[in-house]
Amino acid sequence: MSWVALRMLTGDRSKYLGLIFGVGFATLLMSQQVSIFAGIMRRTASQILDVRDADIWVMDDKVRYIDEVPGLPDTDLQRVRGVPGVAWAVRMYKGQIRARLPDGNFRTVILFGLDDDTLVGAPTEMLAGRLADLNQPDAAIVDKAGYEYMWPEEVEQVGSRGYQLGKVFEMNDHRAVLVGVCKASAPFTTLPVLYTRYSQAGGYVPRERDLMTFVLARPDAGQDVQEVCDRIHAQTGRMALTRPQFFWKTILYFLGSTGIPVNFGITIALGFIIGVAIAGQTFYLFTVENLKQFGSLKAMGLSNARLVGMILLQAVVVGALGYSLGIGVTAIFFASTGHLTPLAGLHLYAEVMIGSGAAVLLIVVLASLLSIRRVLVLEPAVVFRG
Amino acid sequence: MQLASQQITDFAEAPEFTTHHSPLTTHPTPAVECRGVTKEFGAGDTRVWALRGVDLEVRPGQMTLLVGPSGCGKTTLISIIAGLLNPTAGDVAVLGRDLGSLSNGALVRFRQAHIGFVFQQLNLLPALTAAENAAVPLIIGGRPRRQAVAAAAQVLEAVGLGDRLGALPAQLSGGQQQRVAIARALVHEPRLLVCDEPTAALDARSGQTVMELLRRVAVQPDRAVMVVTHDNRVFGFGDRIVHMSDGRVERVTAPGPARVAGREEP
Repeated sequence: MSWVALRMLTGDRSKYLGLIFGVGFATLLMSQQVSIFAGIMRRTASQILDVRDADIWVMDDKVRYIDEVPGLPDTDLQRVRGVPGVAWAVRMYKGQIRARLPDGNFRTVILFGLDDDTLVGAPTEMLAGRLADLNQPDAAIVDKAGYEYMWPEEVEQVGSRGYQLGKVFEMNDHRAVLVGVCKASAPFTTLPVLYTRYSQAGGYVPRERDLMTFVLARPDAGQDVQEVCDRIHAQTGRMALTRPQFFWKTILYFLGSTGIPVNFGITIALGFIIGVAIAGQTFYLFTVENLKQFGSLKAMGLSNARLVGMILLQAVVVGALGYSLGIGVTAIFFASTGHLTPLAGLHLYAEVMIGSGAAVLLIVVLASLLSIRRVLVLEPAVVFRG
Repeated sequence: MQLASQQITDFAEAPEFTTHHSPLTTHPTPAVECRGVTKEFGAGDTRVWALRGVDLEVRPGQMTLLVGPSGCGKTTLISIIAGLLNPTAGDVAVLGRDLGSLSNGALVRFRQAHIGFVFQQLNLLPALTAAENAAVPLIIGGRPRRQAVAAAAQVLEAVGLGDRLGALPAQLSGGQQQRVAIARALVHEPRLLVCDEPTAALDARSGQTVMELLRRVAVQPDRAVMVVTHDNRVFGFGDRIVHMSDGRVERVTAPGPARVAGREEP
């Protein structure tokens, strides 16, 4: 009876397409919003993931997330280095300051001050210039989005002339020279990300007693990262987190302390509810309108189990087609907007595809349950009623 | 189930019923036997008695018409005989099988194998062609689709729709749709054919044609045909007419001369 079920489903084109578009729209809404949400959440901690050469982040023990970090005394660096199991430890500065451009405009930027000797935490992919150029006086490297944000008039000429290095700007009345453009994960606030040497960052940052915000470390080979973190904490009193721990600590802060998850959650829930409502109502009406047909099939000897199978097949087909449509449109959306700076780094996650699939399955199951119930309680004798 | 054979004999020998019209009426095993069948709907103050002790016998090779005013219990009785409703009391045997003794699953299989239906509203599947619609009972019975449609095409040829096999119901006239419904009811060669108001939606001429068709292709020596109708223009096509009133069989009659004329029509 499978082909009968499919022919019944496709026979009414408008309802058939309505069902598919309903599920497709719900899939689009859920998968797109969840992907953007996940991407934005990832952005809140993207700079942690970008530092690939250190496994341990040491910071003040009251730090809640990466953007709110007080300074540590320089002595903490030596204390961390003295902890057994630590292979090496270097200092890092991270903070937000203002950069003033020659034309008088200014931009708030995220500044990283990297250890002068090792440049631990430096970007891994340069689009222009060399990382080693950071050793030049007043040298700074900016990420691609930051370049476009600080010098928007240059954007259109990048394709023909490339990035224009040597641009001069000021931070805290100290001169800085652009020596390179790199790739970096977009931060949550979409501010330019600047890299310079730690010794130079001291001049750019308004004077504070303690400049060092993080100590980055790596354990000796064979040492358990978590054990070394525990040891650092025990011996220095500072918070020592593995990279994933700091990543999630930052994300959980944003999840718990901002309205972002609530807003996205509402949109995602609306997508689900709309999906259930559209698919459920249309599917239910489709079944109700075919009750006489189902009744006649029942009268002619079709068992309840096979009728349920027919309805589930219809639901699964609608779900699969609607899901494919929705996921396809979502994928096209991210593929076609990936080059836009504000949306850089946002993409359709595999986990979101799986989750959306599960949600769509739930939608069509819920939608078909009402229909199945109507068919199961349907007396075949209904076919003899006028 | 024990049906009193004496009662059956009495029923056949009722003064208003004669058995001289068809040699097939002497078939030894009744296709349908109802004894004391009652059916009530609702409870308490809202209780309605749809059937009040119906005794009835339907024989193979005959077309039996169930007639009477609206609400007299025709549809309820035919639903019970077709195994679509359970009686409140009484016994129903169809083709020698006590329906009350069958499990739900067995009853479904029994209906599928032995009973054909022509519904008043036809209930053709609008997305299926005439041949596919007519093939549905075979497909329900497990016949591969291609074979089922081929078999259905032969039956549609027999009812005069050989040139409309691929037409959708919406592309057919009311009379043609009725013939598709008849083909669907006959395609699996059931031994009991149940028709609910088959001429209700048709004009007089089409109604006559449908009844002639039923007589020609449906009535077989080993098949009983039951037709619920209140269309007195087609009474002549029946071998027996069961008159119902207020949930009871009021009387059973043989039709007049019109019946003979009807049977003699091609």
